[in-house]
Order: sequence, then C-alpha cells, then structure tokens
Amino acid sequence: MAERLLVEAVNDALHEEMERDENVLVIGEDVGRAGGVFRATAGLRDRFGADRCVDMPLAEAGILGGAVGLCMAGWRPVCEMQYDAFSYPCLDQLINHVGRYRWRTRGAMSFPLVVRMPYGGGVRAPELHDDSPETYYVHAPGVKVAIPATPADAKGLLAAAIRDADPVVILEPKLLYRTSRGEVPDGEHVVPLGSARVAREGTDVTLVAYGAMVPLAERAAEALEGEASCEVLDLRTLKPLDEEALLASVRKTGKAVIVQEAPRTLGFAAEVAAVLAEKAILDLHGPVLRVTGYDVPYPYWQLEDLYMPSVDRVADAVRRLLSF
Amino acid sequence: MTELAAESPLLRVIGDDATPDGATDLTDAALLALHRSLLLLRTYDERSVVYHRQGRIGTYAISWGHEAIQAGAVHALEERDWIFPSYRESAVGLLRGIPPATVLSWWRGHPSGWWNPAQYGVASICVPIATQVPHAAGFAWGCRLREDDRVALVFFGDGATSEGAFHEGANLAAVKKAPLVLLCNNNQWAISTPLAEQSAAATLADKAAGYGMPGVRVDGTDALAVHDAVREAAAQARAGEGPTFVEAVTYRAAPHATADDPSAYVDPDRVEEARRDECLGRLEGYLQRRGLLNEKLAQSVRAEALDLMRQGIAAAEAEPPADPALLFEHALGDPPASFAHDLAELRRIQGG
Repeated sequence: MAERLLVEAVNDALHEEMERDENVLVIGEDVGRAGGVFRATAGLRDRFGADRCVDMPLAEAGILGGAVGLCMAGWRPVCEMQYDAFSYPCLDQLINHVGRYRWRTRGAMSFPLVVRMPYGGGVRAPELHDDSPETYYVHAPGVKVAIPATPADAKGLLAAAIRDADPVVILEPKLLYRTSRGEVPDGEHVVPLGSARVAREGTDVTLVAYGAMVPLAERAAEALEGEASCEVLDLRTLKPLDEEALLASVRKTGKAVIVQEAPRTLGFAAEVAAVLAEKAILDLHGPVLRVTGYDVPYPYWQLEDLYMPSVDRVADAVRRLLSF
Repeated sequence: MTELAAESPLLRVIGDDATPDGATDLTDAALLALHRSLLLLRTYDERSVVYHRQGRIGTYAISWGHEAIQAGAVHALEERDWIFPSYRESAVGLLRGIPPATVLSWWRGHPSGWWNPAQYGVASICVPIATQVPHAAGFAWGCRLREDDRVALVFFGDGATSEGAFHEGANLAAVKKAPLVLLCNNNQWAISTPLAEQSAAATLADKAAGYGMPGVRVDGTDALAVHDAVREAAAQARAGEGPTFVEAVTYRAAPHATADDPSAYVDPDRVEEARRDECLGRLEGYLQRRGLLNEKLAQSVRAEALDLMRQGIAAAEAEPPADPALLFEHALGDPPASFAHDLAELRRIQGG
C-alpha cells in the first residue's frame, strides 16, 4: 500500500497493465513526450517506448477511429481524450462504431479499447474544460462507463477496463486528480466493473453519487451529523449499474438524494431515479430528489461555485426530504 | 470524362477509338479472373435492384458502373490484405469468398448478414460516410507496429472527402506511415450534390499533397488502370513508404440507391454517355481485341454469376426468422443482467 494522488493511481494502473500485457497501447494528444497535460501518462514513453505510448495527431475522432482499427489488428488501445468537452468529436466513432462493431460481427471480433478522460468542474479552468459528459457515453449501447472517486478505485477500475473484452469509458474527476490522496494497493489491483461501494454507512437517507460528487456527499453527510444519518453510495460504474447495491441501500433508508454535477435533464440521476421508481416504490418514504448542475452552459469560472452542487444544496435537499 | 481529363491526365490502359490499348503485365488467366469478378459484381448489382423491386431485399445502394474500381483494386491486393468497404462496395466481399447469401441477408436486414472480418479480410460494410477511413488507418498502422506486412485498402466516395473522418484518417495514416491505400471512387455525385459543390480543389487527388502522400488519378472505368494504380500504391505501402491516395474518376450512371430518383438533378445525356462507356464493356472489348474473350465464354461466365445469385437469394430467403435472442447476444462480451431479464420479458409477451 502506498499513499497516492488520484492521478498518480491512474498512472500506476497504466504502468501495471502495460507491463502485464504487451498488447496494451496508450494513445492520445500529448500523452508521450509531455506525459499528458495532467501527467497521467508520465513515464510511459520512457518505459515502454514511443510505439506503445503514442503522441497522436490532434483529432479525437481519428484517435478513437484509429483505435477501432488497432483492435482489429490485435491491440488493446487506451485512448486519452485531453478534456471532457474536447472529447465530443469522438462521439461519432463511439456511437456509430465502437459500441456496435462487436454485434455487427456476431461477436467474432471484440473491441477491448478504453477511452479515458479528465472530466468535471471546480478547477477554475477556461470555458469547455469543465463538462460532465457521462450521459452521452452511458447512452451509447455496447459501451461501459465507470467513474472513480478515490485513488484506489481510479487504479482498480482502469485496470478492470483495460482487461475487459468490451469498450469502456472511464471519466476521471479532474477536481480530485490532485486533491484526493489515499491508500492504493501496490501491484495488480482490479475493481470489477458493475459494483458500487458504500462510502459511508447511514440509516436515514441515501446520498447517491459518483466521481467528484462522492467526497462532496461525504462532506454533506458530516455537516448533517446529528440531524440525519446519511449513507453515501458511490456508484463507481454507471453502466452496468449496480442496481442491487442501490436498491439495498434505499430499502434500508427509504429516502434517496442523487447528486450529479452534469446538467439536470436526462442526467444520470434521472436514470437512478427511474430505477428507484420501477423497483423501490414500496421502500420509498418520500420523493427521490436530485441535486445537479443546472440546464445551462457550464459557466465561466467566477460563477462555477454557484453551478456546482454544494454541501449546502445537498443538505437542503436532505432536510426537505426529512420533512416530507 | 473528357472535361475532367483536360484538367489532369488520368492513368489509362484500355484504349478507345482514338487511343490504342496500353500494356499490362497481367497474365491471360489473371485478366480472365478479373473479368469474372467484374461480371460477378455487375450481376450482383443488377439482380439486387430486381430483388429490391420484387420486395425481396430492402433499400439497396446501387454500384452499377463501379465494378472496375472494386474488382480492379481487390485483384491488386494480396489475400492477407484487408479491405474496408463503404455501402457502395457491399459486394466486394464476394471477391474474397463471402457468400452472396450473406451480403443479400445484410440488405434484407437479417442478422445472417453478419460476417467475421478476420475470416475474409473484409471489414463490415460501413454506412456512416468516411468513418471507416480511421479504422483502416488504425488497422494498417497496427499491422506496421507488429511488423506484419499486411496492407489495408479503404473505399470511399467523393463526398467522403468533405468529412472530418476522412481528413483525420488520412492524416493519421500519413503521419504513422501506415500501409494504407485510400481509394476514392469519384463518381461526381454525393446523392444529389455534384462534385463542384463538394470541393473547390482542382482535383480530389490534389488533397493528397496536404497530407504529404502521393495522389494519383486513374480512369475509374478502366479496370486495368485501377489495378495498376492500386498495385503500385500497395507495393509502396508494403515497402514502408506510407499511404497513397488513388482517385478513380468515373460517373455515377445509376441512382444513388433504390430510394433515389436522379431525374431531378442529373443530365440524362451525360448519364447516357457514361452508360455507353461503362467499365465492363470496356474490359470485354479489350479482352476481345486480345482474343481472350468471345461471346460464348462471356455467356458462360454470366450464367455462372447468375446462378450464384439465384442460389444466394434462395439461401437468404430460406434463413429462418431471426431469434429474439440475437437482439442481445453479441452486443457485449460480458452482458449485463438486464439483457437476460429483457429477453425473458420479450419472450413472455410474445408468448414464446
């Protein structure tokens, strides 16, 4: 066990998995010489060579489309998209091909590629360095999506993604890259996709969160101590969703507040609320509430604290729910 | 063709009234094999239009007149090389052993139209324009990284050169010296949009310079010229020289697809001219002048192709209805629990 920052845990996973499987390639913009703009791929080019940690032309659809072809040639590419909002050109390939190609070949070919990118706000960055695009990725059939909230999970989920037979998108909360430090197992560490984690036990309300909203929910739970016992459920994987863990927690608490920083409409919180409506209606003792970003463009950073879910907004939702 | 030829000469082998035939180093057997492939593709296309009219296949993208580009290119590759088709080249896999029934099933919207690209070296038919170009670039580059001397060839049309995916794929291939042949079927129409509204470049091959790769122009109705250009490009690619852009110039003498009515936008005289100069007739004329083909032989090759198609459509129509499980099977290697639940519910509602 070593204490690592979340971004260091990502780097650790890449080193481990490239060592373990010589078919793993890391490709992306500035991932080689620079080691990535967040340093997530630092050291890989020196260790594994310029043919396995590859600086690519600045073209996101070309990177992901190229990765489809690399899979056909037997590689397992890990594609870095430099930022959340810069990833949108790759959605063309993701939606049209990455998620469909296996089905088209009747399962004869698999596309074991990974797309990983920093996502989310709160880092005082210029416009379009702050988006939470998970809905677009989750909505594409044939693709799995995971979002770590801790350094250990950042390593373990990425390792699972790289080993998975299916395409996996990993969104890494950039706010936590260098603000989240924690114990990370040395050597091989795999966190299976599709399993949620109870980040904090509680009995009165379940706070459902993922990514950077997990530590926020934990802070809200602390702030509410004495008023309400909050359970914090870290989903870790959005698709496939660990419904059992979600339903088990809500069965216990009877109340749910879902926290996401993406805009509200059709955000992942809506999916969680729908699952609860379908499968937990008799366990619920109040409405399912959402605390989300607003249905507006992500603002310039002097306004971003107003946009982002806050401890106060989460606490307010919990209090409304308790008094229902 | 004449107005385009004036801009920049097109590579040609097969002659016409004004020009004698050029030289080819293809053997007689190779020439006859090429002819058989053109005829198979032509027969496939003409029968498919009929099958569509008979309601036996769905909407179909017509490839009439493009057989020289398709067969000429495939015959110039090695068996181990990979082909990345667009829907316009739906039948190109027939030249690699994919059964006609499989391709006809694809047009019938039946899952027996699936194939394993690795089995034939033919990627799945790509529907969204130009998006197969990065796949081919990535595959070719991936082979080069493995020191595997395979070459990839990607088909696309003139309209595709406007797409970002074409640019991103071509650039990637050039930067990584990927062994790729970019084969543009410039038939001068993207559905109803003429080339002049697609590109202001003097020729599409000029675009190659921007990627640092050679660009060549070839007469797309001349199977031998296409063959030579692709063979040269593939040899360069295999030797580590990187990709080549081959612009095969032709004219779309048929509708874009069975759902298209080009009478609203094409000049019928120009179509008539293109139909008169079509590629199969040009190759047959050449072979007759060489004394390799007579009407009897042509008839027997045609009958063979027709027979293959008759068997193909019969086999496609004999496929049992797709099992509902195929909705879910193969979507993911590791399917979520919801798939089994959804399938069970679907079967229950269907009473199965």
